Amino acid sequence: MKFAVVVFPGSNCDHDAYHAVKHVLGQDAEFVWHRDASLADADAVILPGGFAHGDYLRTGAIARFSPIMREVRTFADAGGPVLGICNGFQVLLEAGLLPGAMLRNRSVRFQCEHVFVRVEQTDTPFTVGCHRGQTLKIPIAHGEGNYYAEPETIERLERNRQVIFRYTSATGDVTDEANPNGSANNIAGLCSDRRNVVGLMPHPERACELQLGSADGLAVLESVVKYVTQGAVAAAR
Amino acid sequence: MRARVFVTLKPSVFDPQGTTVAEALHTLGYAAVRDVRQGKYFELDIEAGTQDEARRVATEAADRLLANPVIESYRIEINAT
Repeated sequence: MKFAVVVFPGSNCDHDAYHAVKHVLGQDAEFVWHRDASLADADAVILPGGFAHGDYLRTGAIARFSPIMREVRTFADAGGPVLGICNGFQVLLEAGLLPGAMLRNRSVRFQCEHVFVRVEQTDTPFTVGCHRGQTLKIPIAHGEGNYYAEPETIERLERNRQVIFRYTSATGDVTDEANPNGSANNIAGLCSDRRNVVGLMPHPERACELQLGSADGLAVLESVVKYVTQGAVAAAR
Repeated sequence: MRARVFVTLKPSVFDPQGTTVAEALHTLGYAAVRDVRQGKYFELDIEAGTQDEARRVATEAADRLLANPVIESYRIEINAT
């Protein structure tokens, strides 16, 4: 299968994502510039982490105007799997492809550390290879990852099982202590109504080799390979 | 026309930066400062015949870009110069 990794001016995890899918998973991958008008016939799209357009105005606020985002929206509307990691998640929020917004971390610090997230749902392209309740050790690196939405929106997300990853302790307990940034309901990742667009603050692409401290992120990226090559979610839906 | 757009977090949204600034002011001895809300300020130079027209443009700009309606609200002032 083929991944498109979107590169915005200021993206800085584009090579991490490319490395993970190309060299660790052995899949085809192509960088796509934010001004490009095509997603290079990819089967899945990754919006990587970084500081797209310098995070001017708000994180992700300017990136949503990049020409490639029209293609990403069309791809998502057609049911294509889209993964937004960290800044990529923030771009998806500003573009309205996922609901809610990010606030400054409650610590008011940029936090760079390994955290644990629990897989809440497995019927998405990016979790179909995981099992429910599985905890993944994955790093975060963000200053604005404090997920916020109106209480009614949070309720709807929970009711529709759109919360895909939650910050937990190593043993999978949802505690305030395990919440690194103050996110509502310990939310670390979400999916869209149709479940094909997923955004998360932690970086699975930085946890794909044991030399990096954890290979748990592989479960996320291997899921989409399984999804595309075996149509795995069709069964889970 | 000059439009001034003041964007602030909605009252229901926690403002960790504002809280930190308030704590710093307390450290400086300003015990009278009860709370701080941090926001953004924009000046828009708008070509418009009337104040209403300038307000319409500024409002649209705030709705579509300057403020994120999920977490922020805004206030607009229009000046003729």
